[in-house]
Amino acid sequence: MTNLTDLTVAEIRDGFRAGDFSAREVAQAFNANVAAAKALNAFIVDTPEHALAAADQADKDRAAGTLKPLSGVPIGMKDLFCTTGVQTTAASHMLEGFKPTYESTVSQKLWDAGAGMLGKLNLDQFAMGSSNETSYFGNVISPWRRNDGGNAPLAPGGSSGGSSAAIAARLCPAATGTDTGGSIRQPAAFTGISGIKPTYGRCSRWGIIAFASSLDQAGPMARTVTDCAILLESMAGFDPKDSTSLDRPVPQWEAGLSADLRGKKVGIPKEYRVDGLDADVARVWDDGIAWLKDAGAEIVEVSLPHSKYALPAYYIIAPAEASSNLARYDGVRYGLRDLPDGANLQDMYAATRAAGFGPEVKRRIIIGTYVLSAGFYDAYYTQAQKVRALIAQDFAKAFEACDVILAPTAPSAAFGLGENVDDPLKMYLNDVFAVPASLAGLPAMSVPGGLSKDGLPLGLQIIGPAFDEQAVLNAGLAIEQRAAFTARPEEWW
Amino acid sequence: MSSYRIQGATGEWEVVIGLEVHAQVVSQAKLFSGAATAFGAEPNTQVSLVDAAMPGMLPVPNRECIRQAVRTGLAINAQINKWSRFDRKNYFYADLPQGYQISQLYHPLVGEGELVIEADEKAGIAADKAIGIERIHVEQDAGKLMHDQHPTRSYVDLNRSGVALMEIVSRPDMRSPAEAGAYLRKLRAILRYVGSCDGNMEEGSMRADVNVSVRKPGDEFGTRTETKNVNSVRFVMQAIEYEAQRQVDVIEGGGRIVQETRLFNPDTGTTRSMRSKEDAHDYRYFPDPDLLPLVLEDSFIEDCLHSLPELPDAKRKRYVEGLGLSDYNARVLTAEAETARWFEALLAEGARIQKKSEGEVAKASANWLLSELYGALNRLGKTLEDSPVNPERGAELLALVADGTISGSIAKQVFEIMLESGDAPAKIVEDKGLKQTTDTGAIEAAVAKILSDNADKVEQYKGGKDALFGFFVGQTMKAMQGKANPQIVNELLKKALG
Amino acid sequence: MLARWPMSVDLTTVKKIASLARLAVSEDEAEALVPELNGILHWVEQLGEVDVTGVEPMTAVIPNTLRLREDAVTDGNVRDKVLANAPQAEHGFFAVPKVIE
Ligand SMILES: [Mg+2]
Ligand SMILES: [Zn+2]
Repeated sequence: MTNLTDLTVAEIRDGFRAGDFSAREVAQAFNANVAAAKALNAFIVDTPEHALAAADQADKDRAAGTLKPLSGVPIGMKDLFCTTGVQTTAASHMLEGFKPTYESTVSQKLWDAGAGMLGKLNLDQFAMGSSNETSYFGNVISPWRRNDGGNAPLAPGGSSGGSSAAIAARLCPAATGTDTGGSIRQPAAFTGISGIKPTYGRCSRWGIIAFASSLDQAGPMARTVTDCAILLESMAGFDPKDSTSLDRPVPQWEAGLSADLRGKKVGIPKEYRVDGLDADVARVWDDGIAWLKDAGAEIVEVSLPHSKYALPAYYIIAPAEASSNLARYDGVRYGLRDLPDGANLQDMYAATRAAGFGPEVKRRIIIGTYVLSAGFYDAYYTQAQKVRALIAQDFAKAFEACDVILAPTAPSAAFGLGENVDDPLKMYLNDVFAVPASLAGLPAMSVPGGLSKDGLPLGLQIIGPAFDEQAVLNAGLAIEQRAAFTARPEEWW
Repeated sequence: MSSYRIQGATGEWEVVIGLEVHAQVVSQAKLFSGAATAFGAEPNTQVSLVDAAMPGMLPVPNRECIRQAVRTGLAINAQINKWSRFDRKNYFYADLPQGYQISQLYHPLVGEGELVIEADEKAGIAADKAIGIERIHVEQDAGKLMHDQHPTRSYVDLNRSGVALMEIVSRPDMRSPAEAGAYLRKLRAILRYVGSCDGNMEEGSMRADVNVSVRKPGDEFGTRTETKNVNSVRFVMQAIEYEAQRQVDVIEGGGRIVQETRLFNPDTGTTRSMRSKEDAHDYRYFPDPDLLPLVLEDSFIEDCLHSLPELPDAKRKRYVEGLGLSDYNARVLTAEAETARWFEALLAEGARIQKKSEGEVAKASANWLLSELYGALNRLGKTLEDSPVNPERGAELLALVADGTISGSIAKQVFEIMLESGDAPAKIVEDKGLKQTTDTGAIEAAVAKILSDNADKVEQYKGGKDALFGFFVGQTMKAMQGKANPQIVNELLKKALG
Repeated sequence: MLARWPMSVDLTTVKKIASLARLAVSEDEAEALVPELNGILHWVEQLGEVDVTGVEPMTAVIPNTLRLREDAVTDGNVRDKVLANAPQAEHGFFAVPKVIE
């Protein structure tokens, strides 16, 4: 019998429907992998009973002929999604022990579609980070290792690093992620999997712990483009509880998949070819161009002139929103309370927040507070939002000349844990290619493109115009078919 | 013309007042959540997960709250901004679960408007005066902190958290406590006419932040203080008086006024600096990224406009010019929406049953309402809302007088009985036999008896003492137990006296 | 017109901002934050180079306007859920250290 944990979402779904195996067998196999992979620290909470209950329901539904789109498929849930009765922490001490009395819209949609939950996945604290080194519950270790014979622990990317590591290590066939400035795409690239951030507003933000409201967007992570399409169909959809939710029908992305790109134009943004671009990254980008050409697309050069300002604009806007979004963690209604002897209310706030938030979260709250403070608001925040408007205009103009844009996902392959932690700026630069699409709210995905000379995965990023996830997925599929990325980490954990 | 001045050691001071009124919008549910807004519920029962700012909760705005604010703006002739936006005002306090209040700073829903306060000699307001209104914005109310239920703890009730408020910001156009009082009363009347706020200050549905500064007449504005959450007209006037005097004393004593938030103490009528808000001045306003721009269609604004009732100023003008009422009566009748509603119901019913125009029955209706009915309600400690006599019954009573069925004095008796029994006036007149008599024979007999019993007075009358005619009328009416038709009495007396 | 940028932050500013954000910081933490913040702020200040003449700041990521919901009571009456995670709840209230106004 095939190893069930090597199957993709589509294979599990179809095999289960065909009666090749039971949902319970699938759930048990993944539960076992989760339990055996503690060394990766990918999960904050395991929920094997949740996965089994959903599986048993799926087995019953199969017998009754009432199958749902994701019946039989267990997934991992990023611990940024509130789940009823299951601890939800955003990887912060602040929310340790917090058990929501409500279910996020996206996770509820997945359960309604028949999926089961293997556990709550580790992440960068409050989704702030690119390496999963800011979690209160410890670093996630990438299952990947360099081919240099050393065993240096590597970053799985962030903030959805628990998701990326778990999928790459076959602890789950797919997982949810969230992407604020690359948090789905960069970890997908670091671990040789796929992930898509849909158009801003496709997935409801209701019940997802907020980092930066105008940027946060949920999306699926999985090993194939098809799996991403399948998952996204269940996650997306209008939600009246989210004022920024898109009131549009959810396309049938899986049925619409086509790797035939004849008649399509692929834009290559010249500004992304920065001086000193990593040679491996440049090579894989060129491969990607060749593959898309091979799929029938015409390659055109496009210009995104304000690209270099995306990252600084992001590091004003995201911390500003975060400083306000995280003001609710004050020790009054839920979460940690630190009440020193004789402390008054305001002392309690300051002590609680000092004890509850990690250093990166505090750093961003302070930046955000500073840029919004009296006298600086226009110089920083208003200017950043103007630059953001220009960045969105750049994309709009580019999409007059092309259907999708192809770029690297990240400027390098995975780095070692601890390599960038002392220099926040260096860490921020990891998202240089991912952030522009976030600022413009555009759909963007990362698919594996190849390996670096160290034997580590590199991702290719496809960015599409608003609402056109299909174009992004199709280009991703064309690359996937040609890249034939079969590399997987050797099991050491 | 007497303007309000504070006499200081260094001369006269003028007080400059601006009011920021927080008015609770009348709505079933909160501004951004589906929790109820009713007053007086058990703590934390009218709280949704959104109001408690649970992680991942998001605001969705309530159309009715926007509609009511637009209607209010239209009622003060304000500019309605078709493009507005919500901003976050960031500060930490236990009654503010999100750590920010969703409000509108940069692009409020309602812009420039104005409200006219009326001349009031007694209050020292020499002439009608327009008070500028800078803006009305929509925002969330905070929760409530209770300090006296535990020796070392304060308790937080979030029932009010997220209730919709309109913040109505005046220009610093007022110059005396009386003007501020008149402004508040007028604003309250308009809100109640429009129905966008119940104006109930005791329940906190209307409260004012009072901005006060003082200056020598003609000088630049001085530094102002803001006294928060004053919840009655009287207290607002007291707070201004106290604060203005305090500021004069400080300045004349060589000190400086610091811009600060102050708290009013209703027991002492004084204000004091508010410790808890000391460092809350940097609110870091920015557009709420959970919400999109609010764009109003022309049709939405038009619907709001058409839904407005006739407002007090227009009504007063119509009462004077169309109904022929005195300016004073018109003012009293239109000061409160409820009074005008009652009056107009009385008028409509009176015109209907008497088959006359409203103008023809207006004066008698107004007089009766303002003297008889108000007098009775005052005596009974009741208001129009719980009046034992409704407009229909009142109109019936007035009709009985108008058609000569009863006299004015009998009407007073009938009304007293109506107040007690609630019976219809016609039934009371019937049961008690109070119908006015037009039986000439009976009246003639009474006249003959009066004149013979008072032969001396008849002599004097004939000798030129005309004033005695009234005496004969009175005696005759008395003999007839008030039920004689006064016109017939007059005629018969004149005839008999030659 | 280029935005005018403020000067570097100093220790006093860092402490003021931390206090505004209600984050208790030790002297050491505050001192460490000074160069870090200046590094980040200096870096973001390159935005001042961008000519934004006539550009409106972005107000909606995906151009759209606000939906309004109907005025109906659809929520609330969930006190147990509201208080379920409270560090201190008494008599149906959240409890906090006594506040003096
Ligand atoms: Mg105010
Ligand atoms: Zn306000």
